[in-house]
Amino acid sequence: MKRLNLLAWQVGVGLAFLTLWHVFSTTKFGAAKPPLDPFFFSTPLDVIARTWKSFASGEIWRHLWITLLETALAFGIGASTGVAFGFGFALRPKLAAIFDPYIKMANALPRVVLAPIFMLWFGLGIWSKVALGFTLVFFIVFFNVYQGVREVSPVVLSNARMLGMNDRQLMRHVYWPAALTWMFSSLHTAVGFALVGAVVGEYLGASAGLGYKIHEAESVFDTTGVFSGMLILAIVVIVIDVAMTMVERRLLVWRPNHDAGANQT
Amino acid sequence: MAAALSAIGVDSVAPARQAVGLEGLAIAFALGGGGVYRAVEQIDLSVSDGEFVAIVGPTGCGKSTLLNAAAGLLKPAEGRVSIYGGPLAGLNRRAGYLFQQDALMPWKTALQNVAVALEPQGVPSGEAQERARAWLAKVGLSAFADRYPHMLSGGQRKRVALAQMLIRNPEILLMDEPFGPLDAQTRQIMGNLLLDLWAADRKAVMFVTHDLEEAIALSDRVVVMSAGPAARIVGDYRVPLARPRDIADIRLDKVFHEIQREIWATLKVEVQKAYAQGEGRA
Repeated sequence: MKRLNLLAWQVGVGLAFLTLWHVFSTTKFGAAKPPLDPFFFSTPLDVIARTWKSFASGEIWRHLWITLLETALAFGIGASTGVAFGFGFALRPKLAAIFDPYIKMANALPRVVLAPIFMLWFGLGIWSKVALGFTLVFFIVFFNVYQGVREVSPVVLSNARMLGMNDRQLMRHVYWPAALTWMFSSLHTAVGFALVGAVVGEYLGASAGLGYKIHEAESVFDTTGVFSGMLILAIVVIVIDVAMTMVERRLLVWRPNHDAGANQT
Repeated sequence: MAAALSAIGVDSVAPARQAVGLEGLAIAFALGGGGVYRAVEQIDLSVSDGEFVAIVGPTGCGKSTLLNAAAGLLKPAEGRVSIYGGPLAGLNRRAGYLFQQDALMPWKTALQNVAVALEPQGVPSGEAQERARAWLAKVGLSAFADRYPHMLSGGQRKRVALAQMLIRNPEILLMDEPFGPLDAQTRQIMGNLLLDLWAADRKAVMFVTHDLEEAIALSDRVVVMSAGPAARIVGDYRVPLARPRDIADIRLDKVFHEIQREIWATLKVEVQKAYAQGEGRA
């Protein structure tokens, strides 16, 4: 009941926004043009129609596929190296201390400035976008795993050692699951950033992908095309997020209060 | 009767093989400001095979550090720890440790938590699961095998931890206020469960608690520590109560009260000292 109520409100807010947008971009209120000039703001129906058309005609699939491929590669490579480095540094504090200032420096760098460099290095194809997404994903996962391994409960650790576990067993039964929790809590953000990296990369120079489509529409003042691209991006993000949540639910069943919200129906 | 209860010297009685021996033990911690905090000093304590020794003392007197030294989790600043006659190097592989805080792996079910304790001994996982199931039954948790720790009550988690410790069949049991966080009734139930399990094969036990009644009800011997810093052993009492015992009933026994009065006379002084220090510090 409560959940339905919430859903009703969520849908309501969306509809209200679309209605306002529709009214103010189509009604002239006696003036020469509507308050939201469709040339600059488009209209919700146009955007939906355009989006529908691009799916129906099939021309968007190629771009969507490219963007998703870049996202998946950036996420996969970024997350796995992030996990590896997070573990390595957490278990070797001296190494972590030496690299600490450099990691902070690299992480502070705005990634957009790297995009042109990556294009020089990796060309205009997918790999320059993957590289950009990688730099975003890597640090998120790295910091989370690093934190997770270092903040393993000392009592759980002492207990495991008193049970006679060797380093390998400690890794498998204590460090790894602990780090995994932290990794998963960062996963939503990491996937989002992988997508951001891909789209921004495409936006700055590419021949395919959603970012390229948006950029293309912008360059001919096609606001409907821009909004349509954004709508598709938003749909992709929501689908990925739902999938992530499902994976997380399965892997983190042991976590307290994890599905407390789902149980309160 | 009262004569039998009189304080005895640590070394005067050594009927069985010595399981844990602490000699001239001192434990110190480096303080943040560069100083050194001496938690305990001049500790001589011998726990025989099959003996249940309770250690009581005011809060913060360093009872737990004694256990950690016997477990090999802490290196003493001075003195020797010997386990079955041999000096202890590294972790004490012959001991099981029951912690005060939750020490179960939260990402494993009750069954997995107990079964994993057999992995270091190289028991195949199928057999480990079977034996873990049997142990869960012994601690009355058969129906909860597939629950994760956060789905269990505090008392149930302690039962799992108990099974996890005992399934390895350690020769020495070290327990650090294991039932401290539980409510009074659950403590009694857990105490009886512990005594039942212990009676089956009588391991050497070092049981730290701040609850004198619990200490007397469970143990063969109660060791009293002074207030810290530099806490020492200030009393060592035998508990001549017959076994098997029921923790709830034994508290009504006349002998129980005599022992309690006698030990409390020593303990009270230390508790007041610790309290006064706490006031001074605050």
